[in-house]
Amino acid sequence: MGISEFAVKEAEASPQEKVINDMSIQVATVNGSGSQTANTVLLRAIFQMGIPVSGKNMFPSNIAGLPTWFTVRASKYGYIGRKKEIDFLVAMNPETAEEDVRGLEAGASVVYDEKLNLNRLRQDLIFYPVPFDQLVAPICPNAKLRKLVRNMIYDGVLAKLLGIPMEEIHTALKKQFRKKASAVELNFNAARVGYDYAEQHLPKRGRFWLERMDATRGKIIIDGNSAAALGALFGGVTVCTWYPITPSSSLAEALADYLRRYRMDPETGKATFAIVQGEDELASLGMAIGAGWAGARSMTATSGPGISLMSEFAGLGYYVEVPVVIFDIQRVGPSTGLPTRTAQGDILKNAVLSHGDTRHILLIPGSVEECFSMGVEAFDLAEEFQTPVFVMSDLDLGMNNWMADPFPYPEKPMARGKVLTAEDLDRLGGFERYGDVDGDGIGYRTLPGTRHPKAAYFARGSGHNAKAQYSERPEDYVANMDRLKKKLETARRRVPKPEITGAPDAEIGIIAYGSSHCAIVECLDQLRQEYGIESEYCRVRAYPFTEEVFDFIRRHRRVYVVEQNRDAQMKSLLRMEVDAAEVGKLRSVLHYLGMPIDARSITDSIVSQEEQI
Amino acid sequence: MATTTVPPAPAKKINRIGLERADYKGAASTLCAGCGHNAISERIIEACYEMGIEPYRVIKLSGIGCSSKSPAYFLSNSHGFNAVHGRMPSVASGAMFANRHLICLGVSGDGDTASIGIGQFVHLMRRNVPLIYIIEDNGCYGLTKGQFSATADLGSKLKNGIVNDLPPIDTCALAILLGATYVARSFSGDKKQLSALLKGALAHNGTALLDVISPCVTFNDHEGSTKSYSYVQEHDDPLAELDFVPFFSDITVDYDPGTTTEVTLHDGSRLLLKKLESDYDPTAKARALELLMESHEKGTVVTGLLYVNPQAPTFIDLLNLVDEPLATLPESKVRPPKQVLAEVMELLK
Repeated sequence: MGISEFAVKEAEASPQEKVINDMSIQVATVNGSGSQTANTVLLRAIFQMGIPVSGKNMFPSNIAGLPTWFTVRASKYGYIGRKKEIDFLVAMNPETAEEDVRGLEAGASVVYDEKLNLNRLRQDLIFYPVPFDQLVAPICPNAKLRKLVRNMIYDGVLAKLLGIPMEEIHTALKKQFRKKASAVELNFNAARVGYDYAEQHLPKRGRFWLERMDATRGKIIIDGNSAAALGALFGGVTVCTWYPITPSSSLAEALADYLRRYRMDPETGKATFAIVQGEDELASLGMAIGAGWAGARSMTATSGPGISLMSEFAGLGYYVEVPVVIFDIQRVGPSTGLPTRTAQGDILKNAVLSHGDTRHILLIPGSVEECFSMGVEAFDLAEEFQTPVFVMSDLDLGMNNWMADPFPYPEKPMARGKVLTAEDLDRLGGFERYGDVDGDGIGYRTLPGTRHPKAAYFARGSGHNAKAQYSERPEDYVANMDRLKKKLETARRRVPKPEITGAPDAEIGIIAYGSSHCAIVECLDQLRQEYGIESEYCRVRAYPFTEEVFDFIRRHRRVYVVEQNRDAQMKSLLRMEVDAAEVGKLRSVLHYLGMPIDARSITDSIVSQEEQI
Repeated sequence: MATTTVPPAPAKKINRIGLERADYKGAASTLCAGCGHNAISERIIEACYEMGIEPYRVIKLSGIGCSSKSPAYFLSNSHGFNAVHGRMPSVASGAMFANRHLICLGVSGDGDTASIGIGQFVHLMRRNVPLIYIIEDNGCYGLTKGQFSATADLGSKLKNGIVNDLPPIDTCALAILLGATYVARSFSGDKKQLSALLKGALAHNGTALLDVISPCVTFNDHEGSTKSYSYVQEHDDPLAELDFVPFFSDITVDYDPGTTTEVTLHDGSRLLLKKLESDYDPTAKARALELLMESHEKGTVVTGLLYVNPQAPTFIDLLNLVDEPLATLPESKVRPPKQVLAEVMELLK
């Protein structure tokens, strides 16, 4: 008996080794084939069973015809990062099926379209052939709909093989189609056909099972872009100007929906917002800056290529000191890169975006909850500091579905910053726009339209003195630049502090940020349980770095900076600021495949680096 | 107690809101003596003073270049914004979204508009955002010492003898084609016409484009240039004699029927166009474009009000904005109440 056969035998022969609520299911389809409904329903059905679940869509930059993979992970431990290994494959795409099957680890299961004959490829897998075309024809007379509906059949097959009650599929379908009863019925019939077929023809062989538990009660499922849009909605956004770019478009589109639903003035029926699709990213940030200057809570949403185009305006916003919020949903670069894949590739660039000495405030959400809360807070920070604020999300966080606790309502009133009214000007007799009367580097501003002869000032991207007058005098330039630096130091004390957990006296520290968080949580357990490695974890949530980050580095002997880019961008930013003696402590764990980061890869990298000590 | 009688000081001339002309002035110009742009600044001051515009309501924006310095030289009591090269339209538009009650004067140049800023120019025109866009058009890049711009005429010559071999972009034709609702061409040296056109633009609700030929005395005022004072004076072909009658004036103007076209603008002001040569209807779009094409062929510079549509909805209308400026809406209007978040969360469960 070969090893592979042994693996199958073992899988079949060890019912006592049942693996419950801990698996990943990958569905390989062709984009444009309507598999999204089937995948969402599968995800929701598992969620309704009370099992922590997450879904990730690996899709091409294309509308129809190219391969797409959707991965559902169910984890009783609550791990919601990507799982490196696939336990259950649904192979619907003839183009990729062979490669998909070859990539599996021994013992995995494959549900596949019978005519693809995948069972000839390997001996060490469990195969479940399903004749999709024969099954779909009788229940869906409309040939046009068949392509879409046939995907529901695999939901039914999986329901039978994994133990998902069919009523959960039905409930999920009702949620998906809301009031469209006919769509619910048609899709449920397809799932039923799959279930019945599996019951009659596919005896269960693998170890993986789903069972009801109680870990999702009260939770929500949401993508980070919708969460960020809700943040903007409750952050009081009034002007959003944007240009379509994957993966940020859905943020602006979700915001447009929410604004139209919840921000029409009840008395007049008119809009308390302007949402405008610009002609490009330059205009989008230009409009947002104009609006911020005139007093609106303004924002734009974009991704890497858009950020590159916005860099001149970002410098203008910094130097003229205009509040504006920029949501950057990072994707893989350089250049067009992999437009539909995830990365943390803009961290270094955005911290110093634009020419000259420029520094920006970055907020780095590590969950959908933070996409919301930082979405709210970004508007406060932008107005308090009169400067562009970047919210550094990414494709994984932004476009994938995440389980979360319901978002808490923002309790703090909106902070509108230092704005002088006509009454203030009467009292003060005038003001210096770029003065520093409070010693925090932040001047006072007036809004255009303030009815007072002393209200006006001239905003300009060229050199200026405290009175906002054109100046090329060296002392004016230096005074202004030094004040801007002081303002950043004030921000350092105000931005969100890192979240630090674990053992403060451990030798090693781990620094990570953004969407890496969910993988780190799992990685920390792996390090402890499998290798006995204790560590302390610091999740950086903002730039400029607060003092806690430097303290964290000081108290560890080796600090692993985990990030989703090739060039260790966050580590580079840290190296610019830590004491010279600390630089040598900083090590890197880098992940830049375009796939969401997974715990196993981080663990392996840290363990192998530790072994070389 | 002795009384000294002081003869009353001569009453200072004030406008309808009680301000003097000096209240509309700006800082001293640093542009070259004789620059056409300075004359345009003077006309802006005059038009705002005579119209009784409240300076606090005005915002003046610009891009980069000699033209874009000029907002500092008028209306010191108005907020100004000198933005980046070619991008004034977006910044101005955003400000108007934030506060729809502002009066926006955007000043640009031919390089700032027709080359680096052509994308934003084009999209501004088609949105019909209420603002006045003035191109101070001298056919060259003055601030970088006289290179040709995209409005330079075919065959026009630089001082060093280089001849322009590309056709010009006609910003007025482009604006009309794209949807601007008040389009005019003028000459910085024509005080009366420019003044009437500026006041008309202030009375208009929508995008008003004024392409003002404004000779560059230092780099483009020589023999062989088609943007020199003498060339424009010789080739100026005014469409009509313009008179502006503001909405607050009770002056009645007598004119012979058939000789004058009257355009009533958004605020009730009127522009009277006393026809000089042929019948010209400034509300006919296709005719306006035809006229511009003809003038290019003839080598003349048609000036005056080329096209107007006082009724077209503006972008602010399309956005269906509340009356109060978005910028100053209270928190109660822009942060939905707690139950809204609860409702959204419930839907996501």
